[in-house]
Amino acid sequence: MTVSFKGKNASRRQFLAGAAAMGAGTVAAHAAAAAGDPLITEKQIWAQATGDGVDAVPYGMPIKYESDVVRRNVEWLTADTISSINFTPIHALDGTITPQGCAFERHHSGAIDLTKQDYRLMINGLVDTPLVFTYDDLMRFPRESHVYFCECAANTGMEWAGSQLNGAQFTHGMIHNMEYIGVPLRTILNEAGIKPEATWVFVEGADASSNGRSIPMEKALDDVLVAFKANGEALRKEHGYPVRLVVPGWEGNMWVKWLRRIELTTQPVESREETSKYTDTMADGSSRKHTWVMDAKSVITSPSPQAPITHGKGPLVITGLAWSGRGAITQVDVTLDGGKNWQVARLAAPGQPMALTRFYLDIDWQGEEMLIQSRAHDETGYVQPTKTQLREVRGLNSIYHNNCIQTWWVKSNGEAENVEIS
Amino acid sequence: MSKFLNTVIAATLLASPVAAEKLGLGRAALPEEIAAWDLDISPDGTGLPVGSGNVLDGEEIFAEACAMCHGDFAEGVDNWPKLAGGMDTLNHDDPLKTVGSYWPYLSTAYDYIRRSMPFGNAQSLTDDEVYAIVAYILYSNDLVDEDFELSNENFLDVEMPNADGFFFDNRAETEYAVFNDTCMTNCKDSVEITMRAAVLDVTPQEEGTELSEQTQQAPAQDTTVVEVAAEPETAPVAVAAFDADMAASGEKVFKKCKACHQVGDGAKNKTGPILNGIVGMAIGANADFKYSKTLSAMNADGMIWDEANLAAFLEKPKDFAKGTKMSFAGLKKEDDIKNIIEYLKSQQ
Repeated sequence: MTVSFKGKNASRRQFLAGAAAMGAGTVAAHAAAAAGDPLITEKQIWAQATGDGVDAVPYGMPIKYESDVVRRNVEWLTADTISSINFTPIHALDGTITPQGCAFERHHSGAIDLTKQDYRLMINGLVDTPLVFTYDDLMRFPRESHVYFCECAANTGMEWAGSQLNGAQFTHGMIHNMEYIGVPLRTILNEAGIKPEATWVFVEGADASSNGRSIPMEKALDDVLVAFKANGEALRKEHGYPVRLVVPGWEGNMWVKWLRRIELTTQPVESREETSKYTDTMADGSSRKHTWVMDAKSVITSPSPQAPITHGKGPLVITGLAWSGRGAITQVDVTLDGGKNWQVARLAAPGQPMALTRFYLDIDWQGEEMLIQSRAHDETGYVQPTKTQLREVRGLNSIYHNNCIQTWWVKSNGEAENVEIS
Repeated sequence: MSKFLNTVIAATLLASPVAAEKLGLGRAALPEEIAAWDLDISPDGTGLPVGSGNVLDGEEIFAEACAMCHGDFAEGVDNWPKLAGGMDTLNHDDPLKTVGSYWPYLSTAYDYIRRSMPFGNAQSLTDDEVYAIVAYILYSNDLVDEDFELSNENFLDVEMPNADGFFFDNRAETEYAVFNDTCMTNCKDSVEITMRAAVLDVTPQEEGTELSEQTQQAPAQDTTVVEVAAEPETAPVAVAAFDADMAASGEKVFKKCKACHQVGDGAKNKTGPILNGIVGMAIGANADFKYSKTLSAMNADGMIWDEANLAAFLEKPKDFAKGTKMSFAGLKKEDDIKNIIEYLKSQQ
C-alpha cells in the first residue's frame, strides 16, 4: 500500500483509499470464514509454476513490492542535490542494522568514483615518519568490527523552531547503523610514530569538497576506525568507497568519506565545517563549538505519519529506535498521552554502546487519539530532553544536535501527524 | 577546554604506542607528495602560502568564478551560501551567518576556498587569486577598504567581528545535570497541541506516485523530442551560420558555466545538464536531468533552444524561465551572449 504524506488533503485521500482497500481485505478474510479464502482454497500460480533460477539476480535488490522503502531528499533544503542530504526510510525498517542501499547520504561535492587501485592514504604532520598506504596495505593491519550508528548533527534540525516535516524519515532519518570493519586509527598512527607534542588529528577526504575535520588525540587513540567494509560488504560509493573514517558516537560530518589524509597537529584547523557549520548558536548570539558527541535520542518509527495504523482496533505494535553517542541505551519509556504517564518499553536486545537499540511496546488500541512519544535513557544517567528543555538552554536559533523528544499525534482513524505539545 | 586538553595530552602519553610493534607497512611519503596534499591552514597562519591579492582583482575573479552561486556582491543566489552581510544578527531570529558576521577565523575562508572551491572546479585557483577573493569577501562585508591588499604578511592583522563569539562545548555543565527527568506517572496536568506539521505542508510528496505520473507523461515528451529533432532539417538556417572566432571568445566566457555544465566527449550531467548540441534542441529534453517545472513545461509546449531563446535565457535566466534551477544571474554583455552561443554551436 502506498501512503502519501504531503498535505492534509492528499494524505487523507490516499490514506482513506488505503484504509478502504485494507477494509475490503478484512471483509474478504471474514467472508472466507464461510466460503473459504480463495488464496487458500484455490490453487495459486506461485504454488504451481516455477520461479527464478539462481542465475537470475547475481546481486539482489529488494523485491519490487518494497520499492517505496527508499532514501528520499527534501528539495527545498539545499541549493543542489550534489551538495545535499537524503534520509533513511526508518519508518519502514525494523531491527537495528541499516541496509547500505537505503542508508542516508550526505555529500558536499557529490559521491565520487574512486577505485581501490587509485586509493592512497597519507599520514603526515607530527609523526616520526610520514607514510603513504595503499588499499592493500590497509588490508594487512589487524582489523576489528563494531556496530555503530552514524548520525548527522543536523538530524531533526529542521524541527528546532517548530514541527515541520511530516514523517519519521524526514525528522529522524539522517542516521544509519552498520557493522563496520576496519583498522583502529591508533594502529595506523602508531605505524607512523606519534610525536609527543601532537594533540590533534586532522582528517580529510579525497573528493572535491576536501571535507576536513579536527579530532582530539584522545578520541583518535580510543575507538576511531579506518573502515572499508560495512554490513559484511565493501562500503557503497555514496558512503565513501573504498575507505571512510568511523568516529563512534560523534557527529556524522567527522566520519570523513574517501579518507585520503591524516595529519597530526598541535591545534584544530578550524575548518569551514567546524566553525561556520556544525556549531550551535545560542539565543544571545554566542555559539558553542566542538560539539562533537551526539546525545541520547529516540523516536517512534511506527506508528508515525508515513506508517499509520491501518488494521483497526486491537493489538498494536509500537516500535522505535534509541541511541546515545555517550554509551549504551539502558531504558526507553513510551507515553501514549503526551507525557502525563510513561511505561517502560521492551528492548529487543540490551543496548550496545554507540549503536541503535530497537524498542517495542505492545498495546491494545481501541481507536482512541494518542500523543505518543519515546524517551531514551543512557548509561550515564542522561535522559532525553523535551524540546522545551532544549530551548530553555539554547534558544530557537540552533540547527544541530536537536535530540528532543518527538511527538506523533495518532488520530482515531490511525493517521499520525508530527506535532508539538505543551 | 584546558582541562580537556590536559587529559588529551595525558592520554596521549599513557596510550603512547611506542611500545607497540610496528608492522612495517606503507612507504615513506615524499616531500612533494606532502606538499601536494597538505594544504590546510590553521588560525595562527600555519600553512599560509607566500602571496597576495587585492580587492579589485578579487572582484573580477569573484565575478568569474564565484558569483554564479554566491552573487556579484557575495549576497548569495537562491539557496547558495551568502558570504556577506548579517552583521549583528546572531542574536536575532534566523540569524544571517556569513564570513563577515559569523566566521571567527579568516584562515578558514582561505583554507576552504583554496581546498574546496569553486564548486565543480575545486583547487583551480592560484594562491594569489585566493588572496584576492578573500580580500574581496572582506570588502563586501565592509571590513576593509577597496584599496586593500591581503597577503601572508598582513593576514593575521585582519580582525574578524565574531572572533570572540564562540565557546567550547559546555553541555556537561549546562545540560547533562538537568536533563534527567524520569517522572513516570502524573507528570503533568494537561497537554495541548501547540503546533502541527501539516499546517506548514513542506513535506515532500511520496516519490512512488510522482514517478508513475512521470511515466504516464513520458510518451508525450518523447513525441515532442522526435518532432524537434526533425525540425532542423526544415529550418537549418539558424545553425548554418557559424563564426569560429566568436566561438573561441565564447569558450572563454563559458568558463563561468563550467562549474555546473559539461560539454565535449565524456560530458555528464552535473549541477546542470550536458550542453552538447544544445543549440536547436528542445528545451528541457535531457531525459536524465531533473528540470524545474518551468523548463519541463516549456518542453511540453514544444519550445526549442533556438538562438533567440538562448540569448534571452542567458541574459536573465530567471526572467526567461521563472523558477529555473539555474542559479546564474545572467550575462551582461551582448557580445558574451552571442559568443557563447557560437561556442555552444561548436559543441555537438
